[in-house]
Amino acid sequence: MHKFLFQITVFIYFISTIGFLVHIITLRKDAERIATIFLSVGFGVHTAAVLMRWFAGGHPPLVNLHDSLSFLAWAMVGFFLLFQWRCKLKSLGAFVIPFAMIIMTASSFQSKEILPLPPALKSIWLPIHAIICLFADAVFALAFCIAIMFLLQERQIKKKRLGAVFQRLPSLETLDAMNERCLTLGFPLLTLGIMTGSIWAEKAWGSYWSWDPKETWSLITWFIYAALFHQRLTVGWRGRKAAIMTIVGFAVLVFTFLGVSLLLSGAHSYATWLK
Amino acid sequence: MPLGLNRPQIALLGVNHNTAPVEMRERLSLSGSNVPALRLFAELPYCEEVVFLSTCNRVEILVSANRLDEVKKSIKELWLDKGKMDSNTLQGALYEYEGMSAIRHLFRVASSLDSMVVGEPQILGQLKDAYRMASEAKTASTVLNRLLHKAFSVAKRVRTETRIASHAVSISYAAVELAKKIFGDLAGKNGMLIGAGEMAELAAQHLIAGGADKLVVANRTLSRAVELSRSLGGSAISLEEVGEALVDADIVISSTGAPGTILSKDQVKRIMRPRRHRLLFFIDIAVPRDIDPKVNDIDNVYLYDIDDLKGVIEFNKAEREKEASKANRMVEAEVIKFMAWMESLNVVPVIQHLQKKAEAVRQKEISRSHKVLESLNDEQQKALDVLTRSIVQKILNDPIIYIKKGGQENNSEMILDTACRLFGIDGPEDTESQQDRGLSDDSTDRTVRKSS
Repeated sequence: MHKFLFQITVFIYFISTIGFLVHIITLRKDAERIATIFLSVGFGVHTAAVLMRWFAGGHPPLVNLHDSLSFLAWAMVGFFLLFQWRCKLKSLGAFVIPFAMIIMTASSFQSKEILPLPPALKSIWLPIHAIICLFADAVFALAFCIAIMFLLQERQIKKKRLGAVFQRLPSLETLDAMNERCLTLGFPLLTLGIMTGSIWAEKAWGSYWSWDPKETWSLITWFIYAALFHQRLTVGWRGRKAAIMTIVGFAVLVFTFLGVSLLLSGAHSYATWLK
Repeated sequence: MPLGLNRPQIALLGVNHNTAPVEMRERLSLSGSNVPALRLFAELPYCEEVVFLSTCNRVEILVSANRLDEVKKSIKELWLDKGKMDSNTLQGALYEYEGMSAIRHLFRVASSLDSMVVGEPQILGQLKDAYRMASEAKTASTVLNRLLHKAFSVAKRVRTETRIASHAVSISYAAVELAKKIFGDLAGKNGMLIGAGEMAELAAQHLIAGGADKLVVANRTLSRAVELSRSLGGSAISLEEVGEALVDADIVISSTGAPGTILSKDQVKRIMRPRRHRLLFFIDIAVPRDIDPKVNDIDNVYLYDIDDLKGVIEFNKAEREKEASKANRMVEAEVIKFMAWMESLNVVPVIQHLQKKAEAVRQKEISRSHKVLESLNDEQQKALDVLTRSIVQKILNDPIIYIKKGGQENNSEMILDTACRLFGIDGPEDTESQQDRGLSDDSTDRTVRKSS
């Protein structure tokens, strides 16, 4: 049943993606409205799919790559809907939702079997740590999309090419303010994620920090976002530099999330569990 | 077929910025006359309805009449007489539209497709004023009322469904639109004028209208700065203080007459740190330029000079032209719809006449049987009256529906012609005389003879 719901979700997100793309190309308002309705419905189905998988497996569905990607896309869509409801950002959907769609597609190619949970992971800290980290990742994914939009728009204005792209994107300051908002939400989440992970590590392995590759790369990611956060607060870094830093930070984050799990071996590696 | 003669026809005569110089447009507006121009035209013989539009870019007169040629001729004579010009000059500048093309022209004018700056919004208001004057003077009725209301709704559709008016086409407005793309909301932003020229003042007014908060005016002669800042509601500083004041400014409009640049890249770079890298937008409308073009290379600083803004405007104009072709298609569809309504006006007199004739026949036949029917009591007579009436109505019902429908089709002339022949109506233009004859005895015989 949860597999069926997952497939339904992918299908609905796909329609929504097309809606947002039609909107940014033709600027038809009804396309955006329909896309948002589909997205909201898809989000509901997705939520049901995640919950049913939780009950079916008896443990939080956050362990393998399929689940993590699916949960990440779910969080991205959730944050997107929240942002659009609170302070609407023109054309954001055409960047975020195709991205979420790609993540969902990647997720659907992963094994969907529910495997018994390794004893080391049987802990209340699993949902706490994983959910906080994935929330942070989702917020930074949105920040990444917003930074891309900022750089596109900044380039148009700097080069004085005020054509189709210029008309479709929001103003620079709005984009920059949203970037900052994402950072002030994402950075504490990331910090909290690393802290809860450390506490869990102490309980499970008896040491707060063991320089496992995932831990090391998480720390590197944290430092990049910390630098950006610090510069913003103290010297008022913003605009282009902040956008570039956001993109660099996200690239490292993606490596921490995917690269470490798939390429390097360690306690966090999905590769070893799947074998 | 004499039918067509009775149809009210629409004509539009006028000149605009393309066909006539301003001096001629002034004369044709007849503003020098003691009597309002509208009244002069309304009093012309055969002129049934008239709306007179006079703006700085166009003078146009819209009339509805049966005898259009006479009306057109007398309008031109009036213009020649009161406007004091010779007929060749007038004829060279004047455009004359009738029927469909008159309606199309009016719709295009209302939708600002015929304006000097396509998409400018004033013309619709001016047309509404002209119409209000006409309806107050009672010179507009059935046809022009409907035509003008239709023109307003077409204009509204064009405005909302195309993006014809969404691209700025003046320097100062384009600058403010750009500022909005950088800052989003202008509320809480600080403006600064360097140099107190006319264009800078205009742009500053746009900024304030856009929501900008504070305004600082810097000028070589401080007294002028004080004067301008007072009228715009800001504060004045001297040119030497510009460097410091830039720390608080967000949008800077520069327009001094200085021979060289007055702001270098280094100067601007230095203030970026104290202003915590907040975005800074320079608009340099001075020739020669006031601000070093390299300033644009600094992060978070955007510099547009007068040529850049002109480029923006050219681009926007081209966008408007593109939207205009979409708008033209919408206008065309509405013109066709309005023509269908005009055609259906033809039908009304035919139907009226048909009903009158049938009623006449009914009454005549009743009066013929007068002697027999006299013996009936009141109630029976009433029932008989109702009975005959409803027979007539039932018989006429289908033909009337057919005529009504036919009136809106292309071959309406033929359908009306057939209807007139079938029922022996000569055409609505002699309704009165027909009515008289309808009551006389030989009328029915004549009709029968004619249609057989």
